[in-house]
Amino acid sequence: MGEFNFLQSLPAIAPEIGLTIMAIVVLFLDLYLPESQRRNIAIVTAVGLFATALLYLLLWFPTPTEPEGLGAMAGLYWGGMVRHDTLAQIFKTMVLCAGALTALMTIDVRGLGRKGEFYLIVIVATLGGCLIAGASDLIMVFLGLETLTIPLYILAAFRRDDKRSAESGMKYFLFGSFASAILLYGLSLLYGFTGQTSLQGIAAYLGSDAFTANAFPVLVAMTLIVVGFGFKISAAPFHFWTPDVYEGAPTPVTAFLSVASKAASFALLVRFFLLVFPVEVVIDNQVLSSGLVINGQAIPDFWVNLAAVMAVISMTLGNVVALAQRNIKRLLAYSSIAQAGYVLMGVAALKAAPETGVAAIGFYMLMYTFSNLLAFAVIILFTEATGSETIADLGGLSRRSPWLSLMMTISLLSLGGVPPAAGFFGKFFLFQAAVEANMVWLAIIAVINAIIGLYYYLSIVKVMYVDHSPYEENEIAVSRPVAWALGLAAIAVIVLGTFAVQPVFDWALRSAASLFV
Amino acid sequence: MEATAFPVLSLIIFVPIIAAVLILFLNREQSDLARGIAITAASVCFALSLFVYLNYNSNVDAIVANQELIQQAGEPGASTDMFQAAVAFEERVDWIPSLGISYHLGVDGLAVPMVLLTGMVAVAGVLVSWKIEDRTRDFMAFFLLLVAGVYGVFVSLDLFVLFFFYELAIFPMYLLIATWGWVKLREYAAMKLTLYILIGSVIALVGVIAMYFTAGRFFTENPQFLPQGASAYSFAIAHMMRAAEAGAFHIPVLGSISFEHLWFPFIFLGFAVLAGVFPFHNWSPDGHVAAPTAVSMIHAGVLMKLGAFAALRVGVQLLPEGAHVHLPWIVFLTLINVVYGAFIAFRQRDFKYVIGFSSVSHMGLVSMGFATMNIVGMTGAGLQMFSHGAMTALFFGCVGMVYDRAHTRDLPSLGGFAKVMPWVAFAFILGGLTSMGMPGLSGFVAEYPIFAGMWQASEHITLQIGGFTLSNYYSIIVVIAALGIVLTAAYVLRVTQQVFFGKFDSVKYADVGDITARERFVLIFLGTPLVILGVAPFVMAPMLETGFKPVLAMLGVGA
Repeated sequence: MGEFNFLQSLPAIAPEIGLTIMAIVVLFLDLYLPESQRRNIAIVTAVGLFATALLYLLLWFPTPTEPEGLGAMAGLYWGGMVRHDTLAQIFKTMVLCAGALTALMTIDVRGLGRKGEFYLIVIVATLGGCLIAGASDLIMVFLGLETLTIPLYILAAFRRDDKRSAESGMKYFLFGSFASAILLYGLSLLYGFTGQTSLQGIAAYLGSDAFTANAFPVLVAMTLIVVGFGFKISAAPFHFWTPDVYEGAPTPVTAFLSVASKAASFALLVRFFLLVFPVEVVIDNQVLSSGLVINGQAIPDFWVNLAAVMAVISMTLGNVVALAQRNIKRLLAYSSIAQAGYVLMGVAALKAAPETGVAAIGFYMLMYTFSNLLAFAVIILFTEATGSETIADLGGLSRRSPWLSLMMTISLLSLGGVPPAAGFFGKFFLFQAAVEANMVWLAIIAVINAIIGLYYYLSIVKVMYVDHSPYEENEIAVSRPVAWALGLAAIAVIVLGTFAVQPVFDWALRSAASLFV
Repeated sequence: MEATAFPVLSLIIFVPIIAAVLILFLNREQSDLARGIAITAASVCFALSLFVYLNYNSNVDAIVANQELIQQAGEPGASTDMFQAAVAFEERVDWIPSLGISYHLGVDGLAVPMVLLTGMVAVAGVLVSWKIEDRTRDFMAFFLLLVAGVYGVFVSLDLFVLFFFYELAIFPMYLLIATWGWVKLREYAAMKLTLYILIGSVIALVGVIAMYFTAGRFFTENPQFLPQGASAYSFAIAHMMRAAEAGAFHIPVLGSISFEHLWFPFIFLGFAVLAGVFPFHNWSPDGHVAAPTAVSMIHAGVLMKLGAFAALRVGVQLLPEGAHVHLPWIVFLTLINVVYGAFIAFRQRDFKYVIGFSSVSHMGLVSMGFATMNIVGMTGAGLQMFSHGAMTALFFGCVGMVYDRAHTRDLPSLGGFAKVMPWVAFAFILGGLTSMGMPGLSGFVAEYPIFAGMWQASEHITLQIGGFTLSNYYSIIVVIAALGIVLTAAYVLRVTQQVFFGKFDSVKYADVGDITARERFVLIFLGTPLVILGVAPFVMAPMLETGFKPVLAMLGVGA
C-alpha cells in the first residue's frame, strides 16, 4: 500500500466527506430554521448533493492508469478499505444524483417535505451507497450495506401514522436483515477459507492455487453471496418484499429505494464477480486476469449460469406479473424486478465480454436511475394532488397537465427501451453484451420480455392520452424546485439517449479496464 | 459521389423534430400557430426531398456509367463499390466510435423515391388533419416526429441508426392511432400494430447484432478484406456488405446451417411484418381503419414501404445466400398476400377496410418483386412502392373526406356521392384505375415489370423440399397472381359504384357538401404523380436500377 499520503487518499472518499458535511449542515438547519423556512432544507440538500457530485467529477477524476508501481494494490486507499476507480466513480455519481433528485421531489410532499430528519436520513443512505460503490474490503462491504439499508428501513416506515408505511418498513426490515445475515454468512465463509478480508487479497489467494481442498466451500460462499445480493437488487426469486415495500413506503422513499439501493448493489456485484471470482480477462490482447480454477473446475461458469438463470426468471416474472397490476407503484415495483433481470443479463455476460458487460451495466443503471426517478416524480405530484395511486385515475392527464404526461411518457419509453430515450441504448448495450458473450438465446428471451414490458408501459401512456377523467380542468400544480427535478431528469434521459451516449459509454467502458489495473 | 457540404438529409430529419419541439412549447390555445408550423415544416421537407430527387435524377447517367465501370473491373468488393458509387448526399459523424456506430446518412437510388414519397404524404397528411380540434398541438407534434423517424430510416447508411429511427417512428404512431383514431377500434388496433411491428423489428435487431460480431470477428481474422484503416467492427451498411461479399456470413452456426441461412428468415420477415407479409399482415387492416386519416395515409403510404425497404436493405442486400435459399418459398407467402388480400377486400362492408386489405394485396406484389431476384422484377417492386404509396394515400384521403361528411363508412348505406363531391369521385376512380394496373398510370408500369420479372425468374429459380425439386413454379404463381388483379378490378369497381354512383339519399345526407379548396389540393397533389409516373416511367426507373444493381450483384445475378 505504500506510504500513507493524506492528500492523495482524500479524493477516494471525497463524496463521503461531502456527504458527512451535508448531514451536519442539514441537522443544524433542522434545529434552527423556523417551520416556515424548513422547505429550504430540501433545496440545500439537493444543491449540496449535486455540488458534491459535480466537484467529485470535475476535480478528482480517477487516474488508474498511473498505479505508481503498486501492482494489484493500485487504486486502493485508506488501508485498502476503498478503491478509487471509474466503476466507483460512475456508481457514486448515480447514487448522489438519486439522492439529490429525491430531495427535490419530496419538497412539497405532506408530512415529509418540511421534516429535516427526512433529508438527513436520505443523506446518510446516500453515504452508504457511495461507500458500497467503492468498497474493496469485506468489512467495508458490510459496513456500507448496513449504512445504506438501515436508513432505508427508517425511511420506509417514516409515516408512523400510516399503517401501510409501518407495515412496509417492518417487512423491509425483516427481509432486509435476513438477506444481510445470509450475505454476512457468505462473507464470513470467504474469510474463513482465505484468511483475508481485502477483496484483492482474497482474489490473490484463490488465484494462487493455495486453496486446494475442493471447490465446494467456495461455491457455497458464492451462492450465499449471490442470494444476499439477489435480495438487495430485488431479483427473482428473492423479490417477494419488493411490491409490498414499494407500495407501502412513502412515494419519495420508494423512488430512492428503487434506484440507489439497486445501483449500489450492482456496483458491488460486478466488483465481486470480476475481482473475487475472477474470470479470464483479456483486454487489448493483454491477459489481465487468468481466471479461477480450483481442482480443475472452472468456477466462473457457476456464477455465469446463476446470473443467467436469475436474469431469465426476474425479467419474465417481473414483466408478466406487472401486466396485471392496477396500482402504479406496484407496477413499477414489478417493472424494477424486470429491469434487474435485464441488468443481470449483463452480469451473465461479464465472463465472456467483461468490457462491454461492465459498460452496459453502468450505462443501464445510470439511465435507469434517471428514468425511474422521473416516473416517480410524476407519481408523487399526482398522488399529492389527487390522493390516488391507481393507474386508471391517470386518465386524462394529457389534457389536465400536458407537460406532466409528456414527462411520464418519456420515462416510461425509456424504461421500455424506445428511442430517443436513453433506455433504447441501455437495452441495446445489454443485448450486445449478451450476443458478444455467445448467449443469443438470452438476448432473444430479453427481447421478447422487452416487448411484454412495452405493452404495460404503453398501456399507461394510453390511459394518460386516450382516457378521460372528470377532473380534466384542474391542472396539477408544480412548484419550481419540483419542475427543476423533472426537467433535469427528463433532459438527462433524452441527452443520455442521443448526444451523450458516446462520452458516457466510453466512461463506462473505462470502468472495466480500471478494475484490473 | 462526393459528399455535399450542405447537410440536406440532416435538415430533412431535424426540421420536423425542431418543429415538433416548438409546437410543444406553444400554449393550448395556439392551435392555428401549431398548424402553421406543421405545414411549414412539412413543406420545407417536401421541397428538400424534391431537391434531392431532382439532383439525384440529373446525376443518374453518371452513376450508371460509374457502376458499369466498377462491375466490368470486377475487383473484390465490387458490389460494395457499386453501392457506394450510387450513394449521394452523404454525411457522416462518429456517434459511438468504440462500437463502430456512426451517424451516417446518404441516399441511393432506392431511397430517393421513398424520400420524395415521404415528403408528399407528410404535406398531404398535415393538410387533411387541418380540422382536428382535440389537442391539435400534440397531434401535430407527434405527426412530425413520426415523419422524422420515417425519413431517418430511408436515409440511414448505418444499421444502428436505421434501427434507431425505425423504433423512433413506432411510438408516435401508437399514440396517434390510440388517441385520435376511430373510437371503436383504436386502442386495440394501436396496441396490436405496435406489438406486431416491434416483435418483428427487435428480433431482426438481435440478428443485426449477431451480424455485427460475425463480421467483426471475420475481419479481425482476415484483415486483408478491410479497406485501409477501417475498424473491424462497424454497423455501416457498406461494411456489412463487404463482409458478406468476402464470405463472413457463410460460417456454420447451427450444425451445418450457415449464419446466412439461419438468420435470413428472421431478418427479412422481421422487417416484412411492417410490409404486411402474410401471415404477419393481421395488424395492417385494423391499424389502417382505426387510424385518423393522416396516419392511415402515412402508414399505408409510407410506413409499409419502410418495412419492405428495410427487408431488402438488411435482408436481401446483406445476406444474399440466405435470400437464394429462402425467397423461393417466401414467394408463396406473397402470393397469398396478393390473392387473399384482394378476396378479403372484396368481401368488406366498411369502406376503409376495403382500402386496408387492398394495401395488403398490393404490398404482396412488392415482396413478390423482390423474390424475382432480377432487375426487371426488382425495378417493378421499387416502382410499385412509390406508386402504391401515392395511390393508397390518395385512397385514404378520399375515404376520410367522405367519412368526415357522411359520418359512416358502411358501403350499402352510401351512394351517389359523385354528385356532391365530384373531385373525390374523380380522385378515387383515378386511384382505382391505378390499382387495377391501367396503362398510362403508375400501377401498370409497376405491376407489369413485376410479372415480367416473375416469368424471367421462372427459368432458373428452383425450390428444394426434402429430396424433391420444384422448378418453373414462378410462372404458375404469376398466373394466379394475375387473378388478384382481376379481383382488384372487381372490388374497386364495386366500391366506386356503391359509394359514388347510384342514388344519393338527400335527406340523410342533407348537410353533406363539397370538399374545400385545401382538400382539393391534397387530391391533386397526390394524384398527379400517378399520372406522371404512368406516362413517363423513365423519371424514376433508371434511378431505381442504380439502387437495385448492387443488390443483384450481391445476389450474384448479372444485372
